[in-house]
Amino acid sequence: MVLDPEIAMIRLGYGLSPDSPQAVDADLLLASVATARPDADAIRMADIDARRQVENDLAAAARKPGSDKPTQRKSARMRRETIWMAQHAFQVRVARAVADPVGFGERLVQFWSDHFTVAGGNRFQSLIAAAHVDEAIRPHLGGRFSDLMFAAETHPRMLTYLNQSGSVGPNSAIARRRKDDDLGLNENLAREMIELHSLGVGGDYTQRDVRQLARLLTGLSYRAGQDRAFRPAMAEPGADTVLGVTYGGNGQASLNDIRAVIDDLAMHPDTARHLARKLAVHFVSDDPPADLIDRLAQTYRQADGDLSVVYVALAEAPELAAGFRQKARQPFDFVVAALRALGMRGGDLRQLDRRDSNGRLLRPLQTMGQRWAMPRGPDGWPESAESWITPQGLAARIDWSMRHPAKLLGDLPDPRDFLRTALGSTASQSLQWAVPKAESPREGVAIVLASADFNRR
Amino acid sequence: MLSRRLFLKSSALIGCSAAAHPLMSSISFASAPGENRLVVIILRGAMDGLDAFQPYGDPMLRQLRRKLSQGPDQGATDLDGFFALHPALSPLMPLWRSGELAFAPAVSTPYRDKRSHFDGQGLLEAGIPSEDDLLARKDGWLNRLLQQMPGARAQTAYAIGLDDMQILDGPAPARSWAPEAGFNLSGQAQRLLEHVYHDDPLFQAAGDQAMEIAGAGMQVEQEDPGPARDARMLARFAADRLNGETRIASFSISGWDSHANQSRIIGRSLQRLAEAIITLRDTLGPNWGRTTVLAMTEFGRTVRENGTGGTDHGTGGAMLMAGGAIRGGRAYGEWPGLAEGDLYAGRDLMPMRDIRAYAAWAMRDLYGIPRDALERDVFPGLEMGDNPGVWA
Repeated sequence: MVLDPEIAMIRLGYGLSPDSPQAVDADLLLASVATARPDADAIRMADIDARRQVENDLAAAARKPGSDKPTQRKSARMRRETIWMAQHAFQVRVARAVADPVGFGERLVQFWSDHFTVAGGNRFQSLIAAAHVDEAIRPHLGGRFSDLMFAAETHPRMLTYLNQSGSVGPNSAIARRRKDDDLGLNENLAREMIELHSLGVGGDYTQRDVRQLARLLTGLSYRAGQDRAFRPAMAEPGADTVLGVTYGGNGQASLNDIRAVIDDLAMHPDTARHLARKLAVHFVSDDPPADLIDRLAQTYRQADGDLSVVYVALAEAPELAAGFRQKARQPFDFVVAALRALGMRGGDLRQLDRRDSNGRLLRPLQTMGQRWAMPRGPDGWPESAESWITPQGLAARIDWSMRHPAKLLGDLPDPRDFLRTALGSTASQSLQWAVPKAESPREGVAIVLASADFNRR
Repeated sequence: MLSRRLFLKSSALIGCSAAAHPLMSSISFASAPGENRLVVIILRGAMDGLDAFQPYGDPMLRQLRRKLSQGPDQGATDLDGFFALHPALSPLMPLWRSGELAFAPAVSTPYRDKRSHFDGQGLLEAGIPSEDDLLARKDGWLNRLLQQMPGARAQTAYAIGLDDMQILDGPAPARSWAPEAGFNLSGQAQRLLEHVYHDDPLFQAAGDQAMEIAGAGMQVEQEDPGPARDARMLARFAADRLNGETRIASFSISGWDSHANQSRIIGRSLQRLAEAIITLRDTLGPNWGRTTVLAMTEFGRTVRENGTGGTDHGTGGAMLMAGGAIRGGRAYGEWPGLAEGDLYAGRDLMPMRDIRAYAAWAMRDLYGIPRDALERDVFPGLEMGDNPGVWA
């Protein structure tokens, strides 16, 4: 099925660019999903752990009495470089989103990493959060949801972010050995696995299911510098019953039980509905039609959780065109869409120096209300247009539009041409009226970028 | 999950669309919530209260601290023969003398033992008793205050700055702005943008307010340079709004996490706090007399200096109070002492009172909020105890 290329690029991707393809169909969208797999720049846990070791050794050497200045400087430099690595991971995210001709795959990276929210924090937490995207999200974008979910839930950053690493079975070997330490269950990951990641808060489950799942998850843990492995000594012995199905209890707690419960959670009918609704809210409308949700949920169930089949159903839904401009672009989407429309290429973005990358991309996102990798809670970024188009949020977008394009490009395009590149045939009458009346190319381009037309999708 | 989402910053839009309605703005003056003004400054990163207000009269202090908090011998200003003010706060001495500066040396939220900045600030802003509810609880106590205030409207309260101010999040409409978000537009560009936004109510409302504020001379460029510029900018914006219809403002000052080389770190941050308060006073003019400033931090720091000239995460700490509306020139609350047996967990200053009790008494005395509403709705689980008499 051939799609309206403008609708598809703007609603499912990061908007139009001078390189926009003339025609878009389902195959091109799925090719974009495949393109979003991890690339050579991917951040990997193995590299992070190795780096942490070197950094710790250097720091220890620098702290020793009588350590020389060069050692101290080297230690400080290494810490700064680690911070920069996490910032650079953001730069690569921008570059990849700008480079993908269609952008659907990179939008899905954003969508699923928000669905399985983890936050950054200190320099290593930020780096591990970037690894979560590269190691857990990107490899499974177009496959079965259960594979994506298993990878996302068991990644080190999820285990630390939602406190799973500190969850110990009250009758586990470790808890019995260390009675004075008051070790116990932490339900955080178990709750969010059901409430946010699978069935949804309205799903058919009880606190007892959360508690049982928390018991089943014990043993899943990450500590810096140690191999990521299931630790049977932390696991609560005995079988656990989650949503009526009993797992484990054969005396040998293992990761297989956790794999099994995730497979079942992934194929629960409430999960189909929850994911269908989230996709519809993100790509179609803050208040999506019930019929669309029903269809996507049914597709998910019939396809046995194969996400690519659901993506095609979403792309071919008539609601996609009917709901045009009902969504506001989030700050990251806005900046990427602007860079694409301005004709910047992935390589241009990768080559930005640290000062420009942080000053023109990373920090402005914070002013727009989206401090990179730091959503408020595990439910991720808000979806509603009202959450983003606040007075200060819009002011920050206007400010960015006025200041940065000229600095990034050197030569700005003619605003009238830019209007066509950025919005194609979708520009409103009032914007077409206003843009040619701007006093300078800089202001003309800024009015396009700051317009409601461009900030909605 | 819906309720979490609903809370998040939904208030700004409701606020400005209501304000844009001509009838709304003309009838609203009848029930404006009084003249008293409250500014809450969140000090993110855990301020060392023992360094800001140095208990040099406690003989244990010199044993616990060799370089830091040396009292009047090292440039701090004596306050009352027991406490001395950190040199970087000395611009506030005139306020101390005129009874417009006070502090509570040993307070804390109910947060204990984990000492995470993230959870500590969450608890401070949510105003709730336990961090177990933090993931579900996304609203803040200033928003719950607004829900209790008769006649409160969107412009009654402002969250200011780039930091997320959970303290004002919630169902009651409130406004927000970041002085950094200013922009420079030519008159023509502004008219064209207004035209472009005209048919989109969401963009029109946000754009109108943005242009009103940005166009009213609040641009970043106009603030004098200097290390405390960002704090002055926040304070000036707050004061300008408080001189109008706003009665409650909140912003944060970061940079207190002084694990190493504390004297440099805290000196800079205290300077920013002092300049913010002086800017509030100068800009508020006569309204300063009806103003209360509460500067609160998520927890205190260890009583002992560590091996790198700093202090680590602790429990009890100090709250600063300022403004013409307070009875200042004195320390409030009990002093726990610094001897081994006086400490919390053998390492931290023992908190003598829930910091929320001071905030609750401020709300009762400034806005007449009933005690049962404060203990039940605004600060669930709080026992306010006796009136400390800061405002009485």
